[in-house]
Amino acid sequence: MSEVPGDLRYSNSHEWVRVNEDGTVTTGISDHAQEQLGDLVFVELPEIDHEVEAEEACAVVESVKAASDVYAPIAGTVVEVNEDLADAPEAVNQDPYGAGWLMRLQPSSVDDVERLMSPDEYQEFIESE
Amino acid sequence: MGNRTPLYASHKAMGAKLVDFAGWDMPIHYGSQLEEHHAVRRDAGMFDVSHMTVVDLHGENSRDFLRYLLANNIDKLQDAGKALYSCLLNEQGRVLDDLIVYFLTEDNFRLVVNSATREKDLAWITAQAKAFDVQVIEQPQLAMIAVQGPNAREKTLSLLNAAQHDIVEALGLFYGAEVDDWFVARTGYTGEDGFEIMLPDTQAAAFWQALAEAGVQPCGLGSRDTLRLEAGMNLYGTDMDETVSPLVSGLGWTIGWQPETRDFIGRQALEAERAAGPEQKFVGLLLEDRGVLRGHQKVVVGDRSGVTTSGSFSPTLGRSIALARVPADIGERCQVEIRGKLLNAKVVRPPFVRHGKAQIELD
Repeated sequence: MSEVPGDLRYSNSHEWVRVNEDGTVTTGISDHAQEQLGDLVFVELPEIDHEVEAEEACAVVESVKAASDVYAPIAGTVVEVNEDLADAPEAVNQDPYGAGWLMRLQPSSVDDVERLMSPDEYQEFIESE
Repeated sequence: MGNRTPLYASHKAMGAKLVDFAGWDMPIHYGSQLEEHHAVRRDAGMFDVSHMTVVDLHGENSRDFLRYLLANNIDKLQDAGKALYSCLLNEQGRVLDDLIVYFLTEDNFRLVVNSATREKDLAWITAQAKAFDVQVIEQPQLAMIAVQGPNAREKTLSLLNAAQHDIVEALGLFYGAEVDDWFVARTGYTGEDGFEIMLPDTQAAAFWQALAEAGVQPCGLGSRDTLRLEAGMNLYGTDMDETVSPLVSGLGWTIGWQPETRDFIGRQALEAERAAGPEQKFVGLLLEDRGVLRGHQKVVVGDRSGVTTSGSFSPTLGRSIALARVPADIGERCQVEIRGKLLNAKVVRPPFVRHGKAQIELD
């Protein structure tokens, strides 16, 4: 059973979003997504200051099996990426909501976060897939 | 629902993630492909390969038939039980499949061919066999379990009865033996020592369970692929198929050119190709930049190009590796295009890993 923390919002492409106190948002891929992908061996993240559209493919996670795109859950500007993943991509498998975060965005509009799925909605979504 | 091997229920019970493979529901992993890979390199792992097609040839002309059917020379097999790897070619010298053939007796040879090519192979072999009056009999009642790794032999031997034990322990590399209604061979597809065991489907689940209790890690097709890639072993349908010859697939060593009088299917075409000099060759690549090589990526060599046929992250080396078909005069370096970027790679000679150890320079 995948973990779906109650304090996050979720996209239908399996990214999670956490709103930080400074108004930025941190994103990563869900526990369900990492389970589906299997052992990750490489993560390619966007450049700092890159402006992303919602649902834009902006990062790539590669498992032993295959490469998969990661989509920006909301529009914004990349302000930080998790550089530790270059040497430890397995953190995404081991701690997808913590040490395995992918990037931090300055959202174009923080209201966009509310349009994403709630934890209950996401739970239902992955069960229906 | 796909075809199910006799171990389907065992896989479910052991938590396998199942995927479709050539029409079969097969385990891709049981939790972690990487851990399964390492288990085979460091200890012992087991694979359900019951989906593979076992075909027995019967008839006194079996050897004459195989002398004609196979690109490798069946006369290399003179001792009972000895195995040979060979390509099955068409008249154009292109690869219909690759297979292992075991010499059991002069009127009984056993072939193991790929499941994805089962129907094509059976039709081809049966059609060619007619002129030799050889019977082609599939053995679908046989399950097959591969036990591989430095401790695979010891763990397998511990489960055999006294009569089986002595015969199996004495097997040399690339030899097999019939033991009661089992056939045990010291062969594999990982670059490690071990056995491939064919046994009646009714006995498969109990033996699988016994292996698990002896500490053999169940492994899925995911780790089977990364292990064979590290071992520099080709995968049919990916590294070679009906559009290419063995000469550009790293399989020139499997062609039995001698004696020149042996007429085998595809010989004329191969002779012509060899005389002209193939324009491509098959090499290994080691990625020097960060990223992951996959099959079907463009290999850039100056103003010419080639293509990767399979690629992955190598768990043993901690680096990305690939097999590739490239211009024959490629030097020591090339570039591979990944998502629009050109990344640097070194050209190496497979295998990448054998018996747990790197076979290439990583710097």
